[in-house]
Amino acid sequence: MEALFYVSGTVAMISTLRVVTGKNAVHALLYLVVSLLAAALVFYSLGAPFIAALEVIIYAGAIMVLFVFVIMMLNLGPGAERQKKGLLDPKAWAGPALLALVLVLELLYLFAGGGLEGPPRAAYINPKAVALALFGPYFIGVELASLLLLAALVAAWHLGRREKEGIR
Amino acid sequence: MQGVITPLIMIIAILVSLTTMSAGLIWMERRLLALWQDRYGPNRVGPFGLLQVVADMLKIFAKEDWVPPFSDRFVFILAPAVIMSAVLFAFAVVPFAPGISVIDLDIGILFFLAMSSLNIYGIVLAGWASNSKYSLLGGVRGAAQMLSYEVFMGLSLMGVVMLVGTFNLRGIVEAQQGLWFFVPQFPALVIFFIAGLAETHRIPFDLPEAENELVAGYHTEYSGMKFGMFFVGEYLGIVLISALITTLFFGGWLGPVLPPVIWFLLKTMFFIMLFILLRAALPRPRFGQLMSFGWKLMLPLSLLNVLATGAALLLLA
Repeated sequence: MEALFYVSGTVAMISTLRVVTGKNAVHALLYLVVSLLAAALVFYSLGAPFIAALEVIIYAGAIMVLFVFVIMMLNLGPGAERQKKGLLDPKAWAGPALLALVLVLELLYLFAGGGLEGPPRAAYINPKAVALALFGPYFIGVELASLLLLAALVAAWHLGRREKEGIR
Repeated sequence: MQGVITPLIMIIAILVSLTTMSAGLIWMERRLLALWQDRYGPNRVGPFGLLQVVADMLKIFAKEDWVPPFSDRFVFILAPAVIMSAVLFAFAVVPFAPGISVIDLDIGILFFLAMSSLNIYGIVLAGWASNSKYSLLGGVRGAAQMLSYEVFMGLSLMGVVMLVGTFNLRGIVEAQQGLWFFVPQFPALVIFFIAGLAETHRIPFDLPEAENELVAGYHTEYSGMKFGMFFVGEYLGIVLISALITTLFFGGWLGPVLPPVIWFLLKTMFFIMLFILLRAALPRPRFGQLMSFGWKLMLPLSLLNVLATGAALLLLA
């Protein structure tokens, strides 16, 4: 478990570094996905499987898909040719694939070992503990976040509606 | 060594039987569709045409492994692998019978949801890397559709989780000893089934690959075994959703007389056939209809289901 922590931590650091230093938006995004997956494994190895799952579902699986979505749409506009030149470089894709491969191997190792026996340092945090913390001491934080989300929702609805009328 | 070898054998056995089964499903789908449409279907190669799949597989393996020069080579090759591996990873948490599963994770349902959300990347990257407008449109459609339907796919499962009090799939099956969950959670079953249709992008929700508008959608530029991987990935997705419906709502391996694995297979087969029957029966909606159906009907329904389940649990407790 300890080795797992260090390996995925290293992967996370390297890929995050590549996110920052990368010149191309899509390459940087793919590195960011790898970095988030690595962070999920770090959480798992620390005994917080619930947070690990949320990290993959929400960050890697939903938010990053939206980012890729937007970049895909932008790529169609003028100046796409200039961007595409960089994107066709196969060397840029080898990095994320290699790092993701390391994660896959780790996951295989986990499965082969039959799963989590006992995390080394931290206590095992199950979903119930997270729920009790969220709706106990951090209740106000949850409510404030939901207010913020509601405001964003209303704003998005407003913008979307105006644009539709403009098209008609 | 014993501790490593037994799980490894289990993993290999499950992987081989899953891929064989989903390849066999191609034959089954063609025969069943033909039956429902008053045709014969493939019935020439081997008994009942069963060897048709073998012939098709040999052909697809022998085809030239071609990558279009205008595509983004690496992502183009990566995308089918992402689809296959994400679906196969999700099978790791499915309890086929007591003792027959790869890993007994406490966050089983969440692991399945995580893998199905990573599955989107296969489609998005395939659509983008192909560098063709039909593929890109298919990829964009696929991303929007799968992201939206994933929201209430997760929400619909929360009713079951609230009843049992765990995300562990084995625990969920064992909690259904007295009553299968499709009775108390019938709305959740319907919502999960519809969301599953959208996640596997099967007819009626196969808009990412709608052939009369987008040629073949996100896999237009693919051929040979890479196309085959998209194809088998789709069938693996059907098996996965059917297996999960069985596990979550129909008591998994539970059943009288027959051995547990047989019960699991029988129930899963039934839902696979339901998927195929829907393909034979339903037309395809417009994309706007698909999205508004999801957000305006399914999302409020799944929220109501969570609310009602919570209220009932509080009242009964």
